[in-house]
Order: sequence, then structure tokens, then C-alpha cells
Amino acid sequence: MITVKKLKKSFDDKIIFNGFDLSLPDKGTYYISGPSGSGKTTLLRIIAGLDTDYEGTVEHDGVISYVFQENRLIPSLTAYQNVFEVCRDKEKTTYLLKEVGLEADSDKYPAELSGGMNRRVAIARALAFDHDILLLDEPFTALDGEIKKSVISLIKEREADRLILLVSHDESEADALSCERIEFR
Amino acid sequence: MKKRAKALPAPLRFLLVFAFWVGVWWIISAIVGKEVLIPSPPVVTVHLIGLLKTSDFYLSVGMSVLRITAGFAAAVLLGVITGVLCAVSKTADALLSPLFSVIKATPVASFIILALVWINKELIPVFISALMVLPVIHGNVREGIKSTDKELLEMARIFGFSKKQKLTRIYLPSVAPYLTAGVKTCLGLAWKAGVASEVLCFAAYSIGNKLYQSKVYLETADMFAWTVTVIVISVIIEKLLMSLVVGNRSRKRYDNSKKTEKVV
Repeated sequence: MITVKKLKKSFDDKIIFNGFDLSLPDKGTYYISGPSGSGKTTLLRIIAGLDTDYEGTVEHDGVISYVFQENRLIPSLTAYQNVFEVCRDKEKTTYLLKEVGLEADSDKYPAELSGGMNRRVAIARALAFDHDILLLDEPFTALDGEIKKSVISLIKEREADRLILLVSHDESEADALSCERIEFR
Repeated sequence: MKKRAKALPAPLRFLLVFAFWVGVWWIISAIVGKEVLIPSPPVVTVHLIGLLKTSDFYLSVGMSVLRITAGFAAAVLLGVITGVLCAVSKTADALLSPLFSVIKATPVASFIILALVWINKELIPVFISALMVLPVIHGNVREGIKSTDKELLEMARIFGFSKKQKLTRIYLPSVAPYLTAGVKTCLGLAWKAGVASEVLCFAAYSIGNKLYQSKVYLETADMFAWTVTVIVISVIIEKLLMSLVVGNRSRKRYDNSKKTEKVV
């Protein structure tokens, strides 16, 4: 569950939120749409506790996992190690890397993988972490058609009982994940 | 169409460059024409072989290596501790920064002369080597920690990394290139400052002392031979230490230039 009350946030002179309210239940899939600079990523960062410079109340009662806008993989660890590091579960790590199509590349370092492959490692890592709420910030960028489809169905299958918050420029991704919409202006 | 010339293999290129500079030395020596001012390479080689046959040579070299390495190791250890401290504490940084600025700005000769008053002369090379190395290692470690990828730290926070995980997975790989560069830079520095202090404090059984004696007796060829010895030992220690520090880590693995790739 996420509750946002009277959120006020601005960057220099630009007001991003001015008394914004939001209430989301324990489970469900929600899509935040809106133009660039409307505060979509900022809202995710505030909910995750990474941005604390705001007014108002933001609460959630669950552990958060996050697919950041950037991959944020540790360069000195392999794909396998990057995923394993957040769950300490060999079976889960192997399973998730297989599900995102990286079984054969699990011993490669981020610098040896393509942008799309690194994106899949970041998604596998977020799914491997034991969580209640999943924040997805442009998660499918750099993924090709078929791979994107299989990753989306993996998320739908594994996250059915959790709360997902998706930020994306591509509405078809929200449709594929069967999201309810929250429009930012 | 012009064909590009093939690059020479590295060992051959090294030998050619080495031969070139020995040749320059030989020509200058021939032009000056006085062995007491600039001895020729063959004369220095003969003197060096002569030194290699004496037990005194090995004792002096051994003691110098011991003193300078001890100072170097102590400075690396202390530099890592103060570097970490200053990176995480603004108070420590504010307190220690002026001290390191003073150490960096003070001429090494001033420290050597002061050390002659303060401590046992046998320990002066240890102290001086440490003093020259400390600010560099401190600065590099501090910089390495401060330049740790903030995005990775946020990631670690979200995924509940322990302190140990943050240290080993994020901070150490970030600091490693800075520390390696510092160690590499400081080896030469430690040797130069250490030998200079041996010259000025007349440390028993030391390369510096032998250099000083060569100067007193106008044995310029010996002076050159000892200098060659210092250079060779410095290069050997640098290679040994670098192979230890870098070890089997692949360059790719620790290539922080390709940190997290932005996909948007």
C-alpha cells in the first residue's frame, strides 16, 4: 500500500507537485503517464525514499524493489553475481537469469553485455529481491520485441500478488502489463 | 597507397630506446672527456660489477630496501585509514586537510634536518619515505571514496546491502584504481626521498651513505653505479608490487570507465 498526501516538490523555480495525493492498494499494476519533466521518476524516487527533499506525507507498508531508469549494475560483478548479491539464493538467481534469456551469459561482466542484456540483468535483480512493491522506471527500454514480451509475461506471472508502479513513455507496455492509469499533467 | 609500418615488439623497442640513451650518455662522456665528471657507460659497468662482488653492496642495498619499504608500507596503511576517515567525516577532513597541505608544501630537506634533531638517524629514511608517501595515498583514497558512484550507492540502499557488501562490492572497486595509481606514483617518490635522507643523515649500511662516500672520494663512477642500482631496484619493486596489487584481476572487470550504462 502506498499513500501520498499533499505532496509538494519543486526543483529550483519549477513546481513539480503542489498538493499531490495518491492512494494505492496492496496489489495491482499502475501506470504513471505524463510528459517529460512532469515528475514521474521523481515520484518513484520519493516513494523509494531516495529523495527526501519534499513537503507532505509519503508512506508505504512494504519492501520496495526498483528497476531504475539506469541499469546500475556493479561493474566488477558478473550478471549472476549482480542478481545473487540481492537475494543470496542460487536457485532463484539461476532461474531468473534463465527466464530473461541470459543463462548462457550469466558469467559475463556488464561491460561485456549489450545494453538490452544489462537491462534484463537489472530486471532479474529487481525480481530476485524479496519485495512487496515493485517500481519500474522505463524498464523495457532497449529490449527487443520478443524478449520484451517474455520479460513482461515473467513480471505479470511473478508479481500478480504485489503492487507494481510503472513509468514509461510507451503506452503499449502499460497495456501489456494490464495497468490502471494515473495521468500526470 | 602507402603501407603502414609494422610496430616493433615492445622488448625490442625498449632495447632500442635504452641503447639510444646509453649512446647519448657515452657521447656526452666522450665530449666532456673527464671520467671524474661524467664516466662512460663501460667504466660504470666495470664499477657496478666490482660492487656486485662485495658483501657490503648487498648489506647496504638490503638495509635501504628494508628502511624505505617499511616507511612506504606504514604510509600506505596510515594513508588508507586517514583517507577513509576524511571521506566519511567532514570534521576529520577539516582537521587533517591543512596538515597534509603543510606536509606536501614543505621541502623534503626541511623534514630531514628536523628529523635529525628528533629521531634516531637509522629511522630517518623510514620516517621521510613515509612522510612523502602519506599525503599522496591519503588524497587518492579520499578521492576514490568520494567519487564512488552515487547511483550504485542508491541501488545498494534499495536492495538492503550490508556494510560489508557496500565495502567489498562498491567502495573497494571504486578506490582500487586510485590506490593503485597512488602506490605506483609513490614508489619512486619513496625511493628518491629515502635515499636523499640516507645521504643527509649518514645512515649506516645504506645506498645513500655509499653515494655520499663516492662523492667525498670523487669516485664518480661508483656514484653512477649506485644510482643505476637505485633505479634498477626501484623498477623491480614497482613491477613486483604492481603484480601483487593488480594480480589476476582482469582489466575489464575493474574497468570503472564503463560503469552503469544509461539506456535512455
